[in-house]
Amino acid sequence: MLSRTAENLYWLARYVERAEYIARTIDATLRVTALPAAYIGKTNEWESALLTAGVSASFYEAYLEANEQNVVEYLAFSPSNPSSIKNCIEAARLNSRSVRTALTSEMWDTINSAWLELQEVWGKGTSSREELARFLRFVQETSLRFDGSAYRTMLRNDAYWFSRLGVHLERADNTARILDVKYHVLLPEEEHVGGPLDYYQWTSILRSVSALTAYHWVYRETLKPWLIADLLILNDTLPRSLASCYSNLVRNLDQIGVAYGRQGPAQRHARGVRNRLEHSHMDDIFQHGVHEFIQEFIADNSRLGEIITRQYLI
Amino acid sequence: MAVAFDEMNGPGGDLRPAYQELSRWLKETPPEALEYRRQEAELLFRRIGITFAVYGDAEAQERLIPFDVIPRIMSGKEWTVLEKGLKQRVRALNMFLRDIYHGRDILRANIIPDDLIFQNPVFRPEMNGQSVPHDVYVHIAGIDIVRVDAENFIVLEDNARTPSGVSYMLENREIMMRLFPDLFARHRVAPVERYPDELLAALRSVAPLSASAEPTVALMTPGVYNSAYYEHSFLADKLGIELVEGRDLIVKSDEVFMRTTEGLKRVDVIYRRVDDDFLDPLTFRPDSALGVPGLMSAYAAGNITLANAVGTGIADDKAIYSYMPEIVKFYLGEEPILKNVPTWRCREPKDLAYVLDNLSELVVKEVHGSGGYGMLIGPAATKATIEAFRDKLKREPEGFIAQPTLALSTCPTCTASGLAPRHVDLRPFVLTGSKHVTIVPGGLTRVALKEGSLVVNSSQGGGTKDTWILDE
Repeated sequence: MLSRTAENLYWLARYVERAEYIARTIDATLRVTALPAAYIGKTNEWESALLTAGVSASFYEAYLEANEQNVVEYLAFSPSNPSSIKNCIEAARLNSRSVRTALTSEMWDTINSAWLELQEVWGKGTSSREELARFLRFVQETSLRFDGSAYRTMLRNDAYWFSRLGVHLERADNTARILDVKYHVLLPEEEHVGGPLDYYQWTSILRSVSALTAYHWVYRETLKPWLIADLLILNDTLPRSLASCYSNLVRNLDQIGVAYGRQGPAQRHARGVRNRLEHSHMDDIFQHGVHEFIQEFIADNSRLGEIITRQYLI
Repeated sequence: MAVAFDEMNGPGGDLRPAYQELSRWLKETPPEALEYRRQEAELLFRRIGITFAVYGDAEAQERLIPFDVIPRIMSGKEWTVLEKGLKQRVRALNMFLRDIYHGRDILRANIIPDDLIFQNPVFRPEMNGQSVPHDVYVHIAGIDIVRVDAENFIVLEDNARTPSGVSYMLENREIMMRLFPDLFARHRVAPVERYPDELLAALRSVAPLSASAEPTVALMTPGVYNSAYYEHSFLADKLGIELVEGRDLIVKSDEVFMRTTEGLKRVDVIYRRVDDDFLDPLTFRPDSALGVPGLMSAYAAGNITLANAVGTGIADDKAIYSYMPEIVKFYLGEEPILKNVPTWRCREPKDLAYVLDNLSELVVKEVHGSGGYGMLIGPAATKATIEAFRDKLKREPEGFIAQPTLALSTCPTCTASGLAPRHVDLRPFVLTGSKHVTIVPGGLTRVALKEGSLVVNSSQGGGTKDTWILDE
């Protein structure tokens, strides 16, 4: 397939995934900030929402204060924030238009309808919490429809695999960013466990990667920070964990390698990262520092993006 | 202006045979039902994303072309005449191009003045002596036809460069079949769906000698911001070929390749929807980012077929247009089946004098314009517009031709106040391969939605209709 087509499919999937992630971040933040101050302490949750979205620096070029109104506007609707939900959907549609021939009509319909709804219904942003909640639901549903239609309608060939690479690479990045911002509330087993403050931080983390229910199913325990870290980093059964993302990345890259009869640096690099995750234990990770581990992972993950681009997309 | 010929209600209001069933059906169908399906059609078009961009209209970057649900119907007999005339005309166009870029018999026979060719900006000296496979220059032609009465089809314009609109022909039919199965059941409408197959066959038949037995065809687009981008992606999809942009192609040792995820892959035929000027920055406009450096040298080496060929603009130029009857006679020794609109060439002093005296009754067009931009429709223009145009015309007479305002035929069309006649034209698509000239029965009918308007261009408020040729 054309390199540009593969590139568009890859980015299309990334933008949709990112839009959903930003929507989840806003949603989770809204829930925490709705609690009485006694439960959440003095931390500015909107500030950390900006950090998890990776747009804190650019935010302060346009706004003075990280309050709900400003941050929601910036994360959801701002044309000047390249990762705003609005821009993600716009970019997804532009990428779709460039590769219409590689998309199934269901996928195109999902993106095109979302884009139309964005202009017709959400053109002026939202003016109440209730509206905002509906908007966030719309974004999440768009992502679900997109993923579902890809899964149900696409041929299992390179077009599908490149689009999956986009999903998993973006997802891994998103999960890692949450961990990066919130690592200070994730503590090793033997540490003294924090009070109710941290408890709401933990649920907030789980919510932003839609893993709150999953946690209870996997551990059948009350929330414990080291288990949350274990779930998000090493548990292969949670679709948004780093381990799961890398199992998928390795598999999709192998499928491409087999189809093309050739392996390359992307396959090797992805396998390297996956092996490290497979052979890690939470104890070691805590010992060497969660923060350092996550930082290293983020760098590795973005390196994989560069390698894939060089090997296939240009 | 004479009263227009209505294709349903004929002169004197007699229902014409091709429209009998439709007329009966319209009487049986309540207006609400028609309105409901009209809305349904619009919804479908928007969903599919069939849009076009209007240049200079930032507000509405993507717009729908209004679609009128009342089909335009022609009898098989009418079509047979039209088809013969179209094939004849396109054969002549191809022979003319071959001659202009080789022996130039037609110039030596003094049928066309030399300067009209050599001083014409769309003449491409790069094509002199260059041979193209099977001598086909215009693989895809869109010939704009109007009718003024029951017998006569008149060619308004030949489009021999990158004619667009065929996706509307195909999608209009698709949507009509979904919305009006009952109406189809009452007619025998000749299908149009084989167009993509015929187009692909035509393109493969003109692959260069150096191509493999299974030549690779690609469709080249200027990109998503082009007004016809939807059509480009639609056709690539229907043909099952790659939709490439200039940056996807690379020329190595005079061969053209596309960049794929598996490395470079040779391309043999490019159905290009990019204008000559932008094809190759090394040969044409150096500032073109849409083109492929070296494409023209691969073309000269005979390793790639471009469809349509470079330099076909010289055949659809509006100044050349006026010579088409002579061109048909010269190459084919036949009388032209399709008439031309009588045309005054403003470059000729006698004609110019006549045009200046009769501006308020004439349509004056720029020789190199297209899309209905920059033309004067005398009867509809204000005095001030006419005077401004007069100055332009005097300054640069060779840039214009003039034609009488034609009473374009009308067809019943949905309007705010019910069904009413509106002016229409027709663009059939003529395909030329190594052996055959083919035309799917039908074409794109464009309709001027404003009452009395004669401008059918989508950029100026025109709409489209499905065109039915009855299989009798």
